[in-house]
Amino acid sequence: MSAAKDVTDATFADEVLASEKPIMVDFWAEWCGPCRAVSPILDKIAEENADKLSIVKIDVDNNPETAMKYGITSIPAMKVFKNGEVVKTVIGAKPKPALEADLAEFLA
Amino acid sequence: MRQLIIIGSGPAGYTAAIYAARANLKPLVVASSVEFGGELMKTTEVENFPGFPDGIMGPDLMMKMQAQAEKFGAEIVYDDVTKLELDGDVKRVTLGDGSVHESLALIYATGSAYRKLGLDDETRLSGYGVSWCATCDGAFFKQKHVAVVGGGDSALEEATFLTRFADKVSLIHRRDSLRASAAMQERAKNDPKIEFLWNKEVTAVLGDDKVAGVGLTDTVDGTESALDLSGLFVAIGADPRTHLVHGQLDLTAEGNIWVEGRSSKTSQKGVFAAGDVVDPTYKQAITAAGSGTVAALDAEHFLASLPKGVIAEATGAEAPAEMADQIGASA
Repeated sequence: MSAAKDVTDATFADEVLASEKPIMVDFWAEWCGPCRAVSPILDKIAEENADKLSIVKIDVDNNPETAMKYGITSIPAMKVFKNGEVVKTVIGAKPKPALEADLAEFLA
Repeated sequence: MRQLIIIGSGPAGYTAAIYAARANLKPLVVASSVEFGGELMKTTEVENFPGFPDGIMGPDLMMKMQAQAEKFGAEIVYDDVTKLELDGDVKRVTLGDGSVHESLALIYATGSAYRKLGLDDETRLSGYGVSWCATCDGAFFKQKHVAVVGGGDSALEEATFLTRFADKVSLIHRRDSLRASAAMQERAKNDPKIEFLWNKEVTAVLGDDKVAGVGLTDTVDGTESALDLSGLFVAIGADPRTHLVHGQLDLTAEGNIWVEGRSSKTSQKGVFAAGDVVDPTYKQAITAAGSGTVAALDAEHFLASLPKGVIAEATGAEAPAEMADQIGASA
């Protein structure tokens, strides 16, 4: 799986909601093929934009509380948080250029 | 330059790669960035692929095919084709990262893409209750009522899979009988959680920020009704992915790539097609694999028929030993 740091129900508030930098959370699960497909792309985007956007991942199986709170019904789901609020949602595995276009405002 | 590039990494693409790699053609497989492995990556148990009497998970089967292709020297790149130039003796493939790859022969095996219902609210609510992948999203509908639209094998497979999580699965089909195989039908019909809604077409997806239900229209008497739901899984078939070759390869009336007879030869010399992109009828993993074999053998034959020296000049490779011997003998 992706090299992104894991967050959990327990650490979500500290790691994500309190983050000073925009932070994208990748909601994923072990059994989700498209999640596996998109994770190396997220790693690459994280690496190339380390100063602008943090990327972390959360396993929806082990952290159902957060998944439910944010109404996840389809994965991979990627949500960008700014000052504790969801400011962008991207759903589904997409090629790198398409994801970068979706996230353009955070990568500029 | 290479001898062969294969576009696609489903059973057709990987099987072509296995054959071509064993024939020492060192193919490049363009596997796509997020859809590598093709349709089977989104399935669970595959019970009808010969050689696996206990079944095999779709993604595992694809990883095995990939490993088998790599073992014999196929090179795999996880990127998407943005442009194809198929006319002329050299085929040119441009990828998402801007790189351009050239070859003397090309196998096109891009499969097909899910068909949508074509309703406005379907796009708006996609990811918020509308899904095309039961194995990805089914688990979010524990103890909920969901529906599957469609009447083929994939619709019944999704419906059966969803019963693991959902309390109730309605199968919505616009006819009064199913296209699905007898085995799939029997399993679904014997499942107490699956309810069949015959002669119904989904004409609206309802819900503000997530799916709350669907609007149905009876295909026989036109009666309209509504059904409360938490999730809608669309499985109404797929269309061949041909957008990259429009205007370059002939298509059939059904929208598949035209091939000559039982071969994989397209209307363009040196370009071969295999798998669901040529198949309007069978669309099985094993028929796609067989079709990939045909394409690899056709490509191999085509390359062997090129004038002496063309391959060596193009690839910078030395002529194979036996060919060098012949050249030596005739000199």
